[in-house]
Amino acid sequence: MPIGRRGAILKQRSAPVSLEFVTNLSTTLDGSAVVRMEGAISLIDQFPALAGIDLVIDEGEIVLLRGANGAGKSTLLRLCAGLAPLGGGTGTVLGHDLSVREQRRRVRRETGLLAHETFLYDELTVEENILFWAKANRVDLDSIDPVLDRLALAGRLRNVKVSGLSAGQRRRTSLAVMVCRRPRLWLLDEPHGGLDQAGRDFVDDLVQHAIGFGATVLIASHDIERATDLSTRTITIGGGQILDDGRGSSDEPATSAEPKKSDSPAETQKSRDDASGDDGAERHAS
Amino acid sequence: MLHDAWVMAQKDLRIERGSRVVVGQILPFGALILILFGLAISPDLTVLDTDRRSVLAQVAPGLFWMAVFFASLLALGRSFAIEAADGNLDGLKMAGLDPAGIFLGKAGAVALQLLILEILLGFGAFVLYGAPLTSIVLLVIAQVLATIAVAAAGTLYAALASGLRVRDTLVPLLVLPVLAPVLLAATLATEAALFGPTGSGWSWTMLLGVFALLYVGIGMLAFGPIMEES
Repeated sequence: MPIGRRGAILKQRSAPVSLEFVTNLSTTLDGSAVVRMEGAISLIDQFPALAGIDLVIDEGEIVLLRGANGAGKSTLLRLCAGLAPLGGGTGTVLGHDLSVREQRRRVRRETGLLAHETFLYDELTVEENILFWAKANRVDLDSIDPVLDRLALAGRLRNVKVSGLSAGQRRRTSLAVMVCRRPRLWLLDEPHGGLDQAGRDFVDDLVQHAIGFGATVLIASHDIERATDLSTRTITIGGGQILDDGRGSSDEPATSAEPKKSDSPAETQKSRDDASGDDGAERHAS
Repeated sequence: MLHDAWVMAQKDLRIERGSRVVVGQILPFGALILILFGLAISPDLTVLDTDRRSVLAQVAPGLFWMAVFFASLLALGRSFAIEAADGNLDGLKMAGLDPAGIFLGKAGAVALQLLILEILLGFGAFVLYGAPLTSIVLLVIAQVLATIAVAAAGTLYAALASGLRVRDTLVPLLVLPVLAPVLLAATLATEAALFGPTGSGWSWTMLLGVFALLYVGIGMLAFGPIMEES
């Protein structure tokens, strides 16, 4: 989707916001891909959660990962974050080889993962949590206050223990930690989940600004409409494999999320089921 | 590495300050063990009628360290329970903290909590068991070194079991055999500090120092691979 159209959609959703705390990342990969996987396999308890992934994501892209529950979206994000093991094939993220332990550690430092888990300590307050992760990541502590302000965590919530927060507030705190880190690759697993309208709009704005400052974003989401508007490309994943990498043929739009064509009608139907998965179910439910 | 260790230790101690698990649960647990030992072994019991000291006073060092070891198992389990919750171990990996720093920070926080526990339980043991004191210097040095050894070995094994569902029951099975030599040396060093002569006590204290160095060294080297696998 053209940047102009995405910008127009965002403008309709929310008023312009100040996001000056997302500073320039000064990242250049000299034209090489941010994520490059060839036949990448990731095993979880002997189960091939990713069964031969071929994937290229370039700098500055906002890529939407869609697929049914258990398709491998979260595992792919964890693999890109250097957390899930690379059990076969090859994979590089930000130029670092995922099969080498020391390079995986570098990947972790340079990527930000907003996962289902919040990575927060229940017994600490919002401020104590953010301070801890900021110190752990060696982040400039002066950059914390603007982030807290913008995520509506600077008021009375600042000194509330995380165990006393709602799911949305925990999500915002988690997001604040990630923003403070200023990662080069943003890996967002259901970033809109649990957030109110303002929070969802803010996530979209944040992603746009991160891209403007040199980051690359990979989003796994079931909020397809919103995430599709935000993204520049949609990748469909099912059964641990890429069904459609969103680049398609020359006459297809880049955001196409149609599953791969297959010779057999049964396979075609199965691919469609895999591709739509519970996204369709969610739309029906809503 | 030291920066990372300091950040981790600060965080763990802050969590303890907020939750007060050590003060509110682990300390009473240790005190209960001391009291139960006291009830099981009568204070009036002597091996011979001519003995000046009761059996309870004579075995006080062993009972004290058993109470400390049991209480330390709870502290170690707690130390990694907070990391297992809500994917925090993954968060630590993502932060790119030096694994050796994480190990030192967590072991350091556990050691500090155990030292406070030992001071309070030590007073309890003196009151309940009526043991004398010959050398406070030997007692303090032996206690510090034994605590470092317990915290280091315990942190390493607690990390090893942290990714497992059965970690609560597995940690004691893994840690106690490894700590058996520490228990022996700490008990004998404390015995010498309480009853004298202190000569053999210093030998046992030196052995405790070796254990402490060994476990800290192994922990710093092994913690990275263990974290990767957990």
